[in-house]
Amino acid sequence: MSARNPPEIVRYRTSTRINHWIVAISFVLLALSGLALFHPSLFWLGNLFGGGTWTRILHPFIGVFMVVAFALLAFAVGGANRMERRDWQWLRGWRDVVGNHEQDLPEVGRYNAGQKLLYFLIVLCLLALLLSGIVIWRAYFSLLFPIGLIRLAAVVHAVAATVLICAIVVHVYAAIWVKGSVRAMTRGTVTPGWAWKHHHAWFRDVLRGGGRE
Amino acid sequence: MALQSLDIVRRSATTTPSPQAREAHAGEVAKLIDVTKCIGCKACQVACMEWNDLRDEIGSCTGHYDNPADLSEHSWTLMRFSEHETAAGDLEWLIRKDGCMHCADPGCLKACPAPGAIVQYANGIVDFHEENCIGCGYCVTGCPFNVPRISKRDHKAYKCTLCSDRVSVGLEPACVKTCPTGAIVFGTKDDMKQHAAERIEDLKSRGFEHAGLYDPAGVGGTHVMYVLHHADQPELYANLPAEPKISAMVGLWKGMSKPLALLAIAATAFAGFLHYIGIGPNEVDEDDEDAARREMEETR
Repeated sequence: MSARNPPEIVRYRTSTRINHWIVAISFVLLALSGLALFHPSLFWLGNLFGGGTWTRILHPFIGVFMVVAFALLAFAVGGANRMERRDWQWLRGWRDVVGNHEQDLPEVGRYNAGQKLLYFLIVLCLLALLLSGIVIWRAYFSLLFPIGLIRLAAVVHAVAATVLICAIVVHVYAAIWVKGSVRAMTRGTVTPGWAWKHHHAWFRDVLRGGGRE
Repeated sequence: MALQSLDIVRRSATTTPSPQAREAHAGEVAKLIDVTKCIGCKACQVACMEWNDLRDEIGSCTGHYDNPADLSEHSWTLMRFSEHETAAGDLEWLIRKDGCMHCADPGCLKACPAPGAIVQYANGIVDFHEENCIGCGYCVTGCPFNVPRISKRDHKAYKCTLCSDRVSVGLEPACVKTCPTGAIVFGTKDDMKQHAAERIEDLKSRGFEHAGLYDPAGVGGTHVMYVLHHADQPELYANLPAEPKISAMVGLWKGMSKPLALLAIAATAFAGFLHYIGIGPNEVDEDDEDAARREMEETR
């Protein structure tokens, strides 16, 4: 069998992988602490952070940290996330996507249209969360803003966080659904068959010596 | 102030009932501030400091009589002085004792995410329990009257307690006790409304045709009420809001958005679960690997 084991294709280099997991862990901490402050039924989650007061203190600092780490990641993968004509076609065939009939769809580059839209959605959500988060950061910044803006920012923060959490649930599920994806972010490589099947245009780029981050 | 002797009808960020077997059988309480009788002596401020053991920093003159310049974690009540020129060209000095209004529908309590940091007693007093406060400042965001203040030192929220500790043992609030002109009175809300009605009748007979009671319905009424000579223009009194209510933004944030957000997150996760069970994973099989290998060889 070992002779049949195909060579692996590098999808993410080490620095990208480390950065991704820094962002991922920060996100989980932010979602847990944020939900604790958002809904009384989830206030107990604040115990994970040392109680309500510690949750209130830590949440915004972790938030700023994640935005910085995510910005590096977003710049690293931003170029490959521009929407192209074939991406819209791919999206129109969403029934085939969720039904696991990819062979009927236009071929995909380094990222498919779903991943690209998710990328832009996350960028937008993080921008909204950062800006609204600064406005409602009572210890340092809220005094600088009028009360009407603070109230609006609280709503924007809650809505953007909800959209982001849903988007990340989709992101995590996609990794579970499309087998062979998680190793791209843990070991950094995928099998040629995975690249051939899910990202054919990228696979061809790699064969020609391109397609690197 | 945690008070065992007063029962709780509302408790912040709490979804189950609070202990409320005992009720306020004497009726809800109210403090009535008759602005028309106030002489601006600030004795109420001093009494508040004394009873509550509060000492604000010595400030500096900002060009008006308000001293200190604003409410703070150490100043729970404050005389606000406004100069008003009437249509007849007379000058009126309107002095309003500012502080927590103890709303029947408190925006601070609605906004507070910390269980038990803000409570409303059966007698109507809205009280902060600082030991449960996490310092987020959401109460400031929720309050329609700009009353709560966050301490710069301990980052907890403070405001007038309506002397809940005194009221719980049958005493009147310290500011009421000390007021030399009887401008501040305390009793059941019904009695205070009746007293106000008599005062308003008197004021009207003296030419203040717009005299009236400030007990704004937008927040369900308040347990601190004013008698105003110009009840038609409450803004004259250092911007007392004419129609205070909990902001629609706060209502959205603390109302519909909470269940909807949790539903959206749960539904997204559940949709993933159904997809995995119904349609299943997308796997790469040997044929795919073979096809990839062929293409690699062709390219080479």
